[in-house]
Amino acid sequence: MENGRTNQKELTQDWLEIGGRRFRSRFILGSGKFSLDLTRAALENGGVEIVTLAVRRANMGGEENVLDYLPPGVTPLPNTSGARNAEEALRVARLAREIGCGDFIKIEVIRDSKYLLPDNYETLRATELLAREGFIPLPYMYPDLNAARDMAQAGAAAIMPLGAPIGSNKGLLTKEFIRILVEEINLPIIVDAGIGRPSQACEAMELGAAAVMANTAIATAAKVAVMARAFKLAVEAGRLGWLAGPGRVLESRAEASSPLTGFLREDETD
Amino acid sequence: MAYMEQIDSPLLPETLAVAGAFDFAAFTAADVYGALGREQLRPVDLAALLSPAALPLLEYVAERAQAATVKHFGAAVTLFTPLYIANYCENECVYCGFNCRNKIRRGRLNETELADEMENIASTGLKEILLLTGEARRQADLDYIGRAVAMARNYFTVGLEIYPLNTDEYAYLHKMGADFVSVFQETYDPEIYATAHRRGPKRVYAYRFHAQERALRAGMRGVAVGALLGLGDHRRDALTAAVHAALLQKHYPGAEISFSVPRLRPYARDTLTDKAGLNDPRGFRLGAGVGERELLQVMLAFRLFMPFAGITVSSRERAGFRDHVLGLCATKVSAGVKVGVGGRTLAEKGDGQFEIADSRGVGAMRAAIRTRGLQPVFKDHVYV
Repeated sequence: MENGRTNQKELTQDWLEIGGRRFRSRFILGSGKFSLDLTRAALENGGVEIVTLAVRRANMGGEENVLDYLPPGVTPLPNTSGARNAEEALRVARLAREIGCGDFIKIEVIRDSKYLLPDNYETLRATELLAREGFIPLPYMYPDLNAARDMAQAGAAAIMPLGAPIGSNKGLLTKEFIRILVEEINLPIIVDAGIGRPSQACEAMELGAAAVMANTAIATAAKVAVMARAFKLAVEAGRLGWLAGPGRVLESRAEASSPLTGFLREDETD
Repeated sequence: MAYMEQIDSPLLPETLAVAGAFDFAAFTAADVYGALGREQLRPVDLAALLSPAALPLLEYVAERAQAATVKHFGAAVTLFTPLYIANYCENECVYCGFNCRNKIRRGRLNETELADEMENIASTGLKEILLLTGEARRQADLDYIGRAVAMARNYFTVGLEIYPLNTDEYAYLHKMGADFVSVFQETYDPEIYATAHRRGPKRVYAYRFHAQERALRAGMRGVAVGALLGLGDHRRDALTAAVHAALLQKHYPGAEISFSVPRLRPYARDTLTDKAGLNDPRGFRLGAGVGERELLQVMLAFRLFMPFAGITVSSRERAGFRDHVLGLCATKVSAGVKVGVGGRTLAEKGDGQFEIADSRGVGAMRAAIRTRGLQPVFKDHVYV
């Protein structure tokens, strides 16, 4: 067993590492559904270090520009929202670079306006194109193991599977598939989309997700700042739960000592 | 007409068949509650929400609609402004100020005037524009519109509300920089359509109906549909417009779909018929007009039927109405509107299409949006 001191050391060194950068916070905030006046309160109360923003909304030098509302120390993670194929994602990514958002880019390639489900095929192609141009791509994807493997191979810095349709607040509908990604993919798995409640964020972290991203759940709460703090605590609690290694959970009945294997003789020498 | 392209599409018969299948008078409050309980509304649920039975339950419908708006759009409300670049028109539409029989001043902006108007609009901070014309292929030809689009793209996201085009023409304007196309069917009732559009290319119902599809096939990112509510039976027209929109999304899943909801207000018949020259010997009769309550009912029903679709609220509506529908169901609003040709930096070169009821400028509109805890969005698009 580890002693308290070892635990403490483990926790202080528990960084989220993406593309060679380290972050303390594992709660990533989306910005698209907020009133900008509330963004800062959400960021501060959520202890957020990474905030995603749509390049298409960036209004450089213009009115109501989301980038003007980000406090120093917060890393903008631009997304390619609006891209319908890999080439469009690349063009949006280049714009992100031009406006000073650096090389981190969340790839969103969507060609369904009703459910806004990501297109894994084009997202994979976009990951290849962007990685080739020196971007640090974080593809938003439908949690499919084969696609995730290919995206990792293509140069993704993290994989961002959806928990449920975006904005649905339905939680971890894809839980089993995200669990498989956590086990099989050697990159941070960041659960993105669908997380509606702090308890769901906590569950994703307990499952081994490296971070959770949420937007609608906080932006549409009656008290935005309070909900941001609730998510912060939930993400931290879930992370600790994962680090601690959850105990065994009995499924439906008490377990007899060895009902099926008790007949075995321990000593066969006599 | 010879130049009008015909496309292979099942949408027209499908739309009319689906939307014609329901009797609005047959719905009850139970049907309305049933519709409100569904996560994904069917056309029958939409019809229930548009029926008279839903009117007494409008507050409940509004609650659900507001939740859907917040879920899909958060606090965002997009701002834009229309720029009428020409008002020549060959159509004789009984309800329209541009009617070719109306003795109004006609004009089109030349390139200097276009630049001045666009500079003026850009100086207000706006980043989205809707270019409008009447229907006159000679005076406002494709080449002219293309030049206007090419100028506008330097400042703005460019949408078009011009006469319907063929696919290759839409492709040209898309290449010039336009990404959105609005075409309103006015009424989906073919008989009323034929009576209300007495002369001109607009008489060809099917060519107009298929405009959105041609635009999408040409590469445009999004399209808007709408009916001039009150021209025919407003419930049937709203239902048909929404079914049209839903089928467009189904056949073109990536398309960004939005609604506009212009209406004919309740009016004193004599006044309007005299004013608009509606004394039609062939017997055109306008409906009774559509009140605010009915208009809101339509907007709420659209929101619940297609929660992801944008809804634009016109400057024809008064400020108090517009402010209250933002965040409730509408997601896009115009500001600093002029409905004459030009009129921002120079005297109008042509008269307006209709009268506006909300003349607030960009600053006032932005403040009104913020007052409601919503987020004014000036830019929400990149042309890629």
